[in-house]
Parts: sequence; C-alpha cells; structure tokens
Amino acid sequence: MITVLQFGGSNCDRDAVRALDHLGIDAERVWFEDGLPADTDGIVLPGGFSYGDYLRAGAMAARAPVMAEVRERAAAGTPVLGICNGAQIGSESGLTPGAFTTNASARFQCEHVHLRVENADTPWTAAYEEGDVVEFPIAHGEGRFEATDEELARLDEEERVLFRYCDAEGDVTDMANPNGSAGNVAGVLGERDTVAVLMPHPERATLPDLHAGTDGQGVLRGFSH
Amino acid sequence: MTAYTATVTVRLKQGVLDPEAETTKRALERLGFDLEGLRSADRFEVDLDADSPEAATDRADEMAERLLANPTIHDYDVHVTER
Repeated sequence: MITVLQFGGSNCDRDAVRALDHLGIDAERVWFEDGLPADTDGIVLPGGFSYGDYLRAGAMAARAPVMAEVRERAAAGTPVLGICNGAQIGSESGLTPGAFTTNASARFQCEHVHLRVENADTPWTAAYEEGDVVEFPIAHGEGRFEATDEELARLDEEERVLFRYCDAEGDVTDMANPNGSAGNVAGVLGERDTVAVLMPHPERATLPDLHAGTDGQGVLRGFSH
Repeated sequence: MTAYTATVTVRLKQGVLDPEAETTKRALERLGFDLEGLRSADRFEVDLDADSPEAATDRADEMAERLLANPTIHDYDVHVTER
C-alpha cells in the first residue's frame, strides 16, 4: 500500500490517490498524526500548504514526528516521492539536497512547463528516455531550487538531477525557467534513487479526463517497480 | 536561573536572490524614496531561562540550526540580553 501522508493544509492528497488508483497502484490517505501504517510500501508527500507555509514552506511538516518514520523508511529503501509542498517538506527534512525558496518572479506561478528528463535510470523516470521532453503543471510560490555551485556540480556528477525546466525543444534556458531555479533543476534524488522530490505535479498530468496530458504517469509508476 | 531574551536574526546568505526584498525596494522607489539596496531578515525573540548567557546562546543557536534557519540558504546570529 502506498501511503499518501496528509498534513494539515495538504490539498493534493486526494489527487495523488486518484492518480495512483488510475494506474492500478493501491494508495490511501493517512493523517500525519496517525503515523505510517505497517503495510506502507511507498510514501507520497503531497502538495499543498502544510501549516500554512509558516516560517518556510514545508518547514513545520518536516519537523512533524511522522517525518522521523519517513526518514527511517527512506533510508531502508522504501520509495518516497515528494511533490510540490511535499518536495519542500522533503528538502526541509533533509531527505533531498538543496532548498526550495521564493520564486525569482516573487509571484505564484501556475502554468504548464516543459521538463527535460536528465536521468532515465531511476524508478521515477524509467518510463522515459534521457533527453525526453515532458509537460507537467506547476503551481507554487516557493519553488526556486537553491544550492551552491559546488552542490550543483556534485548533484550533476552523481546524476541526481531528475528533471530540468526547458523549452518545448528541450533546450534548458533562462526563459524556460519559471522560478529561477539554480541549474533549472525541477526535481532531484535523495541519497538513494528510491527517494525523489519535484516541484511540478505528475499527479495532475496522469488522468486522461483532465486534459492536462498524461506525461506524469511515468513518475508515479516509480511505485510499481 | 536567569531570565533572558535571545534575539535570533535569520537572513539569506550573501548572493542568494531575495525577490521579496527586491519587490519591496521597487515599491519604495515608486513612493519616491531614494535607496541603494534593501535586505530583509526574520527576527525571532525567544524568552528563556538559563544558567548563563552562554547557555542561553547555545540553546538559541540550536533552535536556529534545527528550525529557525535553513542552513542551505540562511545565515543567522544570536544576541542574548537579560530580561
């Protein structure tokens, strides 16, 4: 069972369950204070505005007791995927490197973006080829990936960048960078490739009847490998 | 035990873009003010009891390390006064 952790202020938890169900992957919402169910074999940290984004987006949820369980499971190999606010929670809790902070535009960006698949050799990107261009929605005010140049170089070297913002042709440019992310990074891996976070929403590009495309399915299928 | 207030100031590291400060600066300029730059910071005033100013500082330091600041993007400083 995939556990979709619902924090106070999560609002993409139902979407994640719907999208996973559509792919035939069993998922259930679990209230964060109830802890991880014993039969958890994958964890989604969903999008939303946990704790009203107090202090910094994801900062409070990252210190909730359940996250100690999540870190333990992640270290033991349980797949963990953080989406949008879940990505912020993941980075704030040290599951993944870098930080997500205020968009360079200082605006909430709600739009479709193109992403280039940087590493197709992970559970989350196995459905794609390296260099593929996919289209996902984004909806965030604090999605600018920040890391030092040394950290960025290390992430590159260790092939831990999953996706970069790019244009429709797959060129990684400043113009195609919706939030000013360092290196156009849209999603990264944790210490192991079973742990990943990304700001764009694969669960919003999974159900065919939403007319947002189905490019996101590949990411969610990471739970079925 | 002595009563202290630890003032923790958290600011973005040098070189990290601060879009909110940029926006605020532009708004001040629109109001006709002349300014060269503007930086914003978060200030937390923590009331606590401790055996010494050093102990109060250590505790506030740990608060900053573990929650108030994000070491990836922030610097912080702690200033302790008797309350």
